Parts: sequence; structure tokens; C-alpha cells
Amino acid sequence: MEMTGAQIAIEELKAGGVEIAFGIPGGAIMPFYDDLLKANFKHILTRHEQGAAHMADGYARVSGKVAVVVATSGPGATNLITGLLTAQMDSVPLIAVTGQVATPMIGTDAFQEADIYGCSIPVTKYNWLVKDARQIQGVIREAIRVATTGRPGPVLVDIPKDIQTARTDYNPQAPAKGALPAVRQMPEADAKAIEKLMEALEQAERPVILAGAGIIKAGAAAELARFARHAKIPVINTLLGMGGFPGTDPLFLGMPGMHGTAYANFALCECDLLISLGARFDDRVTGKVSSFCPKAVIAHVDIDDAEIGKRVKTHIPVLGNVREVLHTLNRQVKPTERRAWLDQVEAWKRDYPLQYGWDGSIKPQYVIEQIQEITGGEGIYATGVGQHQMWAAQFLRFNEPRAFISSGGLGTMGYGLPASIGAKFGRPDKEVWLIDGDGSFAMTLVELATASMYNVPIRVAILNNAFLGMVRQWQELFFGKRYSHSHYPTNPDFAKIAEGYGVKGFSVRDVDQVRSVLEQAAEHDGPVVMDFHVNPEENVWPMVPAGAGNDEMQLAPPSPEDA
Amino acid sequence: MSPEEKNGGPSHTIAVLVENKFGVLAKVASLFSARGYNIDSLSVGVTQDPTVSRITLVTRGDERVLEQIRKQLSKLIDTIKVMDMVKEETVQREMMLVKVSAPRRERAEILQIVEVFRARIVDLSAETLTIEITGDDGKIAAFLELLAPFGVKEIARTGKAALSRGPRTLKSVKS
Repeated sequence: MEMTGAQIAIEELKAGGVEIAFGIPGGAIMPFYDDLLKANFKHILTRHEQGAAHMADGYARVSGKVAVVVATSGPGATNLITGLLTAQMDSVPLIAVTGQVATPMIGTDAFQEADIYGCSIPVTKYNWLVKDARQIQGVIREAIRVATTGRPGPVLVDIPKDIQTARTDYNPQAPAKGALPAVRQMPEADAKAIEKLMEALEQAERPVILAGAGIIKAGAAAELARFARHAKIPVINTLLGMGGFPGTDPLFLGMPGMHGTAYANFALCECDLLISLGARFDDRVTGKVSSFCPKAVIAHVDIDDAEIGKRVKTHIPVLGNVREVLHTLNRQVKPTERRAWLDQVEAWKRDYPLQYGWDGSIKPQYVIEQIQEITGGEGIYATGVGQHQMWAAQFLRFNEPRAFISSGGLGTMGYGLPASIGAKFGRPDKEVWLIDGDGSFAMTLVELATASMYNVPIRVAILNNAFLGMVRQWQELFFGKRYSHSHYPTNPDFAKIAEGYGVKGFSVRDVDQVRSVLEQAAEHDGPVVMDFHVNPEENVWPMVPAGAGNDEMQLAPPSPEDA
Repeated sequence: MSPEEKNGGPSHTIAVLVENKFGVLAKVASLFSARGYNIDSLSVGVTQDPTVSRITLVTRGDERVLEQIRKQLSKLIDTIKVMDMVKEETVQREMMLVKVSAPRRERAEILQIVEVFRARIVDLSAETLTIEITGDDGKIAAFLELLAPFGVKEIARTGKAALSRGPRTLKSVKS
């Protein structure tokens, strides 16, 4: 049958299991939007393309499914860049479809023309500029495959306006043509390498697991829990690995690195075997590489060969899908006692717990603890980037994978609000909470309009310290308390702003109101913004100063009277 | 590590088979600039299979950097195969055109050098000679050094081409 290029793209997206699009129309993408409407494809109209990209990202992180982001040519497309790189750094699949000026106009600096193909090369896993409507079927199929196989990531398909309207023959049953070389099947995990890992484990007295986002993406959480509990190995979760191992398990050690728990960092410094599972040794995790796990044999299981040996010298590299590797390990691993090591870890947990002072002000950690209590760790929790993000990772306890979504690699402030909206579309059965900072929230708060328009019942808790808090913390500690341009003394009234968007707003200045406001928010039928005026001087502890080793961690403020 | 440290170390020749299509070269170039690797030279051409191109690039770095370059190149979606072209196990050649000042009284001497290096004169004018020479790094460097006193006015180099010695090939296994 004959169809337009846009129709074919939509048909192929549907056939590939894609159920939802987020975006904004504009000149060069109008034919595609016209066909979206005709095809009755579910679409969420956002206020900014960056928001649309983060929504698709949040949707994918909580559901494991892939969504489409649609933007017009030029500024619409360039507005996606931050969202694409956020997804790329955290290995999140999404498909961006952008309009482009008509093919005869390409290269003429036409109205709203941008070389989005060139712009998006470094921020996507792969991208295409489609110059012939007959290619669309194959390109969309490949786009879905590239985004979702191996190490997932974002892709972009740029479709000129005349290609969207061009009519061509379409056979939905047409067999897939020769796939791209890199969409090969992943090799089966190397049995020899797994054997080496088993031997190292049998010899180890103080093993530790570092479990990253790979556990969640590979659906390996159950295998991980079985492995860790059977072999009695304490588990550290990276920021993006949170939820990959139950936060309530006695073997759970929390997050490592710059703002990790003291006991996680002690365990890294003392372990004699580190088993890294789908984690990429980010600099925030390792600290100074030369003093990272100084006593340990390092085993690294990863689906991406380029991650193995990239930052940390690996003694036992295991290339493969982490679920399959764990499955093999679980068939071989013998139950172990490991009493001395586990006692040591327990002692650290008892002697160096996460803590914060109490002075009658609203402490941000207290708000997070209250959210944890009210939800029982059963919700989905999104964050922006900064101090609040670290406190959320420290004080929330996740019971299952895909419950915590945060921009880890790129550290994109403003990620939280749109990502939490996307998350609610991905998991409508779950309560979605956003823990945000005033700085992060202000960057994308326009998407309150989207939450309002679609009545998306997200619960937004702003931990408002009227500062770019993490910048302020570094200025206090490393820049002689010179608070260079990190202060927002005239922050808007976020509760009133929320009301302006038709969203329920609370402004909270009294610590005694925290609990009741959170409870009211949890019951509210629709989106809620809670503006908690927290203690502006609160810092995140422990802290490993930038460039220092994890063994140089500072547990608490330098002098006690600052506490 | 600073980019300078990153790109210190000996030079390596890497051959990459890629899909022969729009944008692939941009993706390879983007990878090198994004990760701070240097490209000393790069040559691209279609292979006996018209859907496959062969890129030969010369870069510098220690073994760790080189391993990353190989792995990152392999990770590119359009990459079919990556191979280290170790000097001793490969034949490596580059072609250079060089325009040198050649007033009448110095021509004989230049022609002698051309002869010894088995280079060829491909163009001449009253003041200049244009010479074509093919060889490995060492030969081309030596040739340029000998021409320098005469005044090298312009050079154009193709970048390196390299093949394994013996029957071994860099086969493109396309699915």
C-alpha cells in the first residue's frame, strides 16, 4: 500500500512496541504531527523540548520501555541536546524524531535549519538523516534496535519535511534488511573469565560487590540478590544502581564515593576482591584512581568492552550481559560464612551511620526520611541534581529496581520535574515523588503546565535553601566561604507559582508541618508542589574532596560548632 | 591526564573497516575530538566490497590510550572491524607530492636525490620541480630532509595505507 513517510515512521514505531510520544510541533514536523493525530498515537504536549526528552527518559527508566521524543527543526531540535546527552551518559534508550527543512533547502541556512545530524553525533548512540522515504521503514526499525540492544542509549532520526510527505510503497511485513554491524548479538559471557572470577571469590576473604545501573537494565536484580546472599558479599550500589539491591538488606552498604556512606568507602578501601557488576567506575565513585581499592583484585563485568579498563586497571575482565554472568555464577557459588568480614562491615555501619544535626529548622534529610516513612519505599523517586540528590540517595531505601531516577553521568539540573512526569506515564500504578532543589526545579518548572494539563499526580518536594547548594557547599569548604553568585535571595514563591499553573501548592517553614503536608500531598488527586524552606547552611556528609582518594573522606564538618 | 600526556608516546597505525555511507567519517572524527585523541594522519577509501570503506589512521598514545582507541572505534555502530597495524607485520606506504625550488644550477643535484629514492618528477616549471614519492614514514622523512636545503615550497601527503604481510586480511564479516 502507499503511505507517506511520516505514516510509515509512525506505523513502524507502533510495530516496534512504542506506545507514547512527548514533544512540541513546529513548521518542519507538521506533516508528522498530522499523521500522529490520524493514527491516534498517544502524545504528550510539553512546554519545552528539553522537558520532552527528560520525560521520555524518565518513562524509559521506570518502565524499561522506549518512548519517542518529537521536535521540529532548528531550535526545537537543538533544545533536545541536553536531554539526549543526559540519556546517553546514563545509557537510557529513547528515540528522537526531528523535522528538518525540505531536502532542496538543506545547507542553505534556511529558516529554522540546524545541522542536527552533526550536532547530535556526540550525544547519541547513533543517528540518521533520512533522504529518501523508502528508507524510513528500515531506519525506524534500526533505530528501535540500536536504542534498546546491548548497552542502551538515545538515537535520533532527522526527517526532512518533503520526506515526511513523500508517498511510497509500504509493506509492513517486509523482512528487515541487513542490520548495522554493531547491532550484533552480544557474545556469550566468556566461560574462562567467569571461572577466574569464581576462583578469585573462593580465595577472597573480604569481597565486595559494586552494583551499577547495568543490574537494573539487564533485569539482573534477582540474580544479584541470590548471589550476594548466598556468598555473603556486602553490596554497594552506585547512584544509578540504587534499587538494584534491596536497600533494607543487611548486606546493603549504600552508595560509594564522593558522598557515599563511610562504611561503603571503608569497605572499598579494605576489600581484597571487588566485583563490579554493570558499573563504570565514574570519577565520583573512585575518587583518586591510584588509591581506589588499593588491596583488591578487581573484577569487572560489563556489556560494553570500552568500559573495561577505561579508568581502573582490571584484573579479571568479564565481557557480557550481567544477568547471564550472575546466572552462571549462581550455579557454581558455594555458601560461605565470612563471619570476620561481615562483623567488620557491621561494626562500621554501627559506628559510622549517616546522620545529621537537629536544631529546630527544617533539615532536608528529615524531609526525605519522612517521605520514606510515608511511602514505605514503595514509590518511584526522582531527583534533580545537587545536594538534595545526594541526600535522597543516602536517606531513601529502595525495595526494587527502577524506583530511583536521577541524572547521574551528566548531572543535569532540571531533570527532575519532567523526568517524574514521564515516570508517571511509564508506571501509572506507582506513586511518583520528586525530591528537588530550588535551583534544579527552577530550570524546568515550566513543565508544571504539562503536569497540570494532563493532571499527572506527581508529588514535588522542593528542598529550598535559596542557594545552588552544592556550589555553596564547595565555596564554603574550598573557596574560603566566598559565595560567588550561588545565592538566590529573591527566590519566587514556588507554591504560588504552582497555583498559577493550576497545581496544588504548599509553602512550609515550620518543621512541625512537614509530616502533615507530606500526608496531604500523598492524598491529593493531582500534582502537588511542596516548597520546604530548609536550613540553608546544611551540607552533605560524608565527603571525599574532589581529586582526593576515598581514604581521605571527611565524615563531618571540620569543626563541631558548625554542625 | 592532559591531552599532551594522552597523546605522547609512540605512533600507531590502525585500520578500520566501516560501512561505506553518509556520516561515518564524521562519527570517527567526532570520537577522536570528543575523547581528546589526536589523529596524525587519516586516509579513507572504498574497498573491494563497495559497501565497505577502509580507514587507515595514525595516532599516538601509550598502551592504555591505544586500547581505549581500539575499543571506542569498535563500539561505533558503523564499525565492522578494527585492527592494529603493527609495523613489523604490515606493509605501510604513503604517497607525497612535493614542490621544491629548483633553479637550473641545482636541478641535477635534485634529480640525483629523486633517482636514489626512486621518486618521480611529475611536473616542472622554470623555478620548480614537483616530485611524487611513495614510501614508509622513514623514507618520506629522509627525502624531505634532503630536499629542505633547496627550499620545499609545498607538500601534499595522502596519509598512510597499510596491509598485513602474508595471506592475512582484515575480512569484513557483514551479517
